[in-house]
Amino acid sequence: MSILGTQVLRTEDPRFLTGADRFIDNIAIEGARHVVYVRSTVAHARISVDVSVALSAAGVEAVLVAADIDLDKEELPNPRIHASMARPIVALDTVRFVGEIVAVVVATTRAKAVDAAELVIVDYSPLAVVVDPEKALADGARVLFPQAGTNVLIEAGFRHPEDDFFAGCDVVVRQRIVNQRLAPCPMEARASAARVESDGRVTVWSCTQNPHGTRNALAAALGREPDEVHVITPDVGGGFGAKGGAAPEEVLLPWLAIRLGFAVRWVETRTESMQTLVHGRAQVHYAELGGTSDGRMIAYRLRIVQDVGAYASFGAMLPFITRMMAPGVYDLARADVAITSVVTNTCPIEAYRGAGRPEATAAIERIVDVFAAEVGVDPAQVRRLNVLSPDAFPLVTLTKAHYDTGDYATALDNALEAASYSELRTEQAARRKNNDRKVLGIGVSSYVEITNPGGEGEFGSVELTAEGGAVVRTGTSAHGQGHATVFAMLVHDETGIPMDKIEVRHGDTDDVARGNGTGGSRSLQAGGPPIVASAQSVVDAARSIAAELMEANPADIVLNVERAEFHVAGTPARSVGWRDVATSHISDAGANLLRERDVEPEGATFPFGSHVAVVEVDLDTGKVELLRHVACDDCGRIMNPMIVAGQVHGGVAQGIAQALWEEMRYDDEGNPLTATFMDYAIGSAAEFPSFERVPMETLTSRNPLGAKGIGESGTIGSTPAVQNAVVDALSHLGVRHIDMPCTSEKVWRAANVDFRVSE
Amino acid sequence: MKISVSVNGKSQEHDVEPRTLLVQYLREACALTGTKVGCDTSSCGACTVLLDGESVKSCTMFAAQADGGSVTTIEGLANTDGSLHPMQQAFHEKHGLQCGFCTAGMVLAAVSLLDENPNPTEKDVRFGLEGNLCRCTGYHNIVEAVLAAAAAKEAK
Repeated sequence: MSILGTQVLRTEDPRFLTGADRFIDNIAIEGARHVVYVRSTVAHARISVDVSVALSAAGVEAVLVAADIDLDKEELPNPRIHASMARPIVALDTVRFVGEIVAVVVATTRAKAVDAAELVIVDYSPLAVVVDPEKALADGARVLFPQAGTNVLIEAGFRHPEDDFFAGCDVVVRQRIVNQRLAPCPMEARASAARVESDGRVTVWSCTQNPHGTRNALAAALGREPDEVHVITPDVGGGFGAKGGAAPEEVLLPWLAIRLGFAVRWVETRTESMQTLVHGRAQVHYAELGGTSDGRMIAYRLRIVQDVGAYASFGAMLPFITRMMAPGVYDLARADVAITSVVTNTCPIEAYRGAGRPEATAAIERIVDVFAAEVGVDPAQVRRLNVLSPDAFPLVTLTKAHYDTGDYATALDNALEAASYSELRTEQAARRKNNDRKVLGIGVSSYVEITNPGGEGEFGSVELTAEGGAVVRTGTSAHGQGHATVFAMLVHDETGIPMDKIEVRHGDTDDVARGNGTGGSRSLQAGGPPIVASAQSVVDAARSIAAELMEANPADIVLNVERAEFHVAGTPARSVGWRDVATSHISDAGANLLRERDVEPEGATFPFGSHVAVVEVDLDTGKVELLRHVACDDCGRIMNPMIVAGQVHGGVAQGIAQALWEEMRYDDEGNPLTATFMDYAIGSAAEFPSFERVPMETLTSRNPLGAKGIGESGTIGSTPAVQNAVVDALSHLGVRHIDMPCTSEKVWRAANVDFRVSE
Repeated sequence: MKISVSVNGKSQEHDVEPRTLLVQYLREACALTGTKVGCDTSSCGACTVLLDGESVKSCTMFAAQADGGSVTTIEGLANTDGSLHPMQQAFHEKHGLQCGFCTAGMVLAAVSLLDENPNPTEKDVRFGLEGNLCRCTGYHNIVEAVLAAAAAKEAK
């Protein structure tokens, strides 16, 4: 029986369970000095910086400001963006968000660097502050980049003519929907270190999701060739899209090591991380949905205002992913999306778990419920009426997404059945009839998302060791996803080499030839196939070697995977093992048997599913309790159901937290209000229920494994289900929408009509 | 100042600055890096260790306050024969960890929880671990692991 699809416990666990892990801050680097960044405490100001006192503090090796540092501004994510909006590595004369680097302190110990950083004097001449992205668009708003003359970074209008867009619609509903700013919050904040080696190359220990991409970006920033930079990525404590590895804080370290001639290291505090790691989401949506009074959806239009934060970041491009995925699972006649990305005096926006897709799903799944309430049809029934049918696939959507496979109605029915949907509706009605002060809300969402969105290929290799074990190398880079286990399962399945003799390596750019890292839920679908192809090639080569050893015809040799032995077909008594093959190959070739492959998938894949959330809302306090969360997620071929479940659980929790608690907030002066774990509510075990899952497996043909991604699905599906459940709980009071996070105050105001806040 | 602490059963004597936090002492003076720092506000619990058998957040006390005490870190939890402690084993079997950064603190908090309440309900476990944050697992499998460890302890 194949090991694939079975629950195999993770091979990476023991080091984390015993404290033998290798996070960067655990690694001793002899002689390394400590870097601390002095950061702006003002959101928008002209600055002058005086480092003279700090320079004379005990243990200080260097204190540098922008004028001392010859690093170019960051690259623009798109050439259409005005060049002045590029982020400087260190603020020169103007700061544009709280947390921006204004000076760099290097000292012999971390404590001394922290002490000296307190002695850097920054003189701020405050400028008017823009925090709200819609106010940034208003006439007379303070412009962050006078040379650009506008706060708009990039814009894309509607494509369809205005007048007949809602033709044929009896009903058109409209809703402004805020998809609030979030902080990614990996439990390990960033850490990095750099050292110049005796051959002039630079070693960088990088807390990144993409070691090779980080190497290339650091080399470009330093004006060096990629092979002059060696990136080592040991254990990484979560990323969620936020750990790109070449942020200003991280570019500065190798630059400092080169300039100062000694190794340097830096570790971020949680507050720094909350203020500056990058934020996610931060879109305002104007959604319009038209259809017929019997619940058929016809035309959907979405206008997006994206808050990009203070500088041109990749966040400016995320609405284009939102646009591609905007129509979701529905069969529509027309769909149109307009985008305006604007700068504000806040932390730059980047990819965060889902990166553009949760925003798309949240918008349409919310407006579908508004539509359902307007036409008086059950929201689950509206979905069932309008989802694409399984025979529609593959298809190119109205927004140019190339969907592969899907069965949206079955996923919906699976989730509804597992939740006992009709019984829940009965209980809801009973509570309302009894005037119960704790009302029930049931929320449904159906989603489709895009994984490995760029459709990039990946590198993988398999090397047979002298002992008959295998070393597997991959260009993906796990930070909690269990690649070491699943990639070893793939090789075990092809070769029979025992799991405990297969070592999976990633993250060292000198050891692994190339790679595209881990992000966009790409790793199994992109990283798996080249490993399987390499393993198959190793088996082919081994068969020839075994044939020679047994003086047989290679075509007659078979591999018995269960016994990990080669024998002549029909005569299993005489066999050779992997160790014999390895010994023979090494004696002939003088090196281990090694096969490397690069495999390009046919394109991105489109996981899908449906979630049902059940909440109880206390009308007297506004408190929301999530009673149940049912998730049916289909990620194609499942290799290890335990790991898939873990990915769903974590994703669902982050999505729930967006719906109910999380918001990275600033006051009107641009001061972050939620920059610690005391203020920013990621939720503890006490706030979540256990989750209910319904497995489903619809393969894709876009890669040989049939696999789609699962890292982000839970986050995408859960948020609108929970938000819809909260609104649904109050629907009998005429409530049609509550913006996230659905805090007790917002919910209580919505439930108590005299206290509603008009937008 | 001089302090004397028993760390994972070994007595240690060190000269520390009075402002040294227990977590810094463990990571830097004792070179036990299994104990992590995850926040600035005593919120996340990644630094949880056992002091005289009870869980404490080692970022929230000075090394000096542990003088004369006995500290168990994640490195000292496994059995003397090297096999995993039942709680470590349960986290492994139930997939109670992903990136592994919160794991040391979470496991030690769970050990302390079962010491105080050997037969917890799911709700007891959830509230008992309120002081330890995890961003990867959604807590689902962590709770399963603690309940499984409790059941295994009960069966013995």
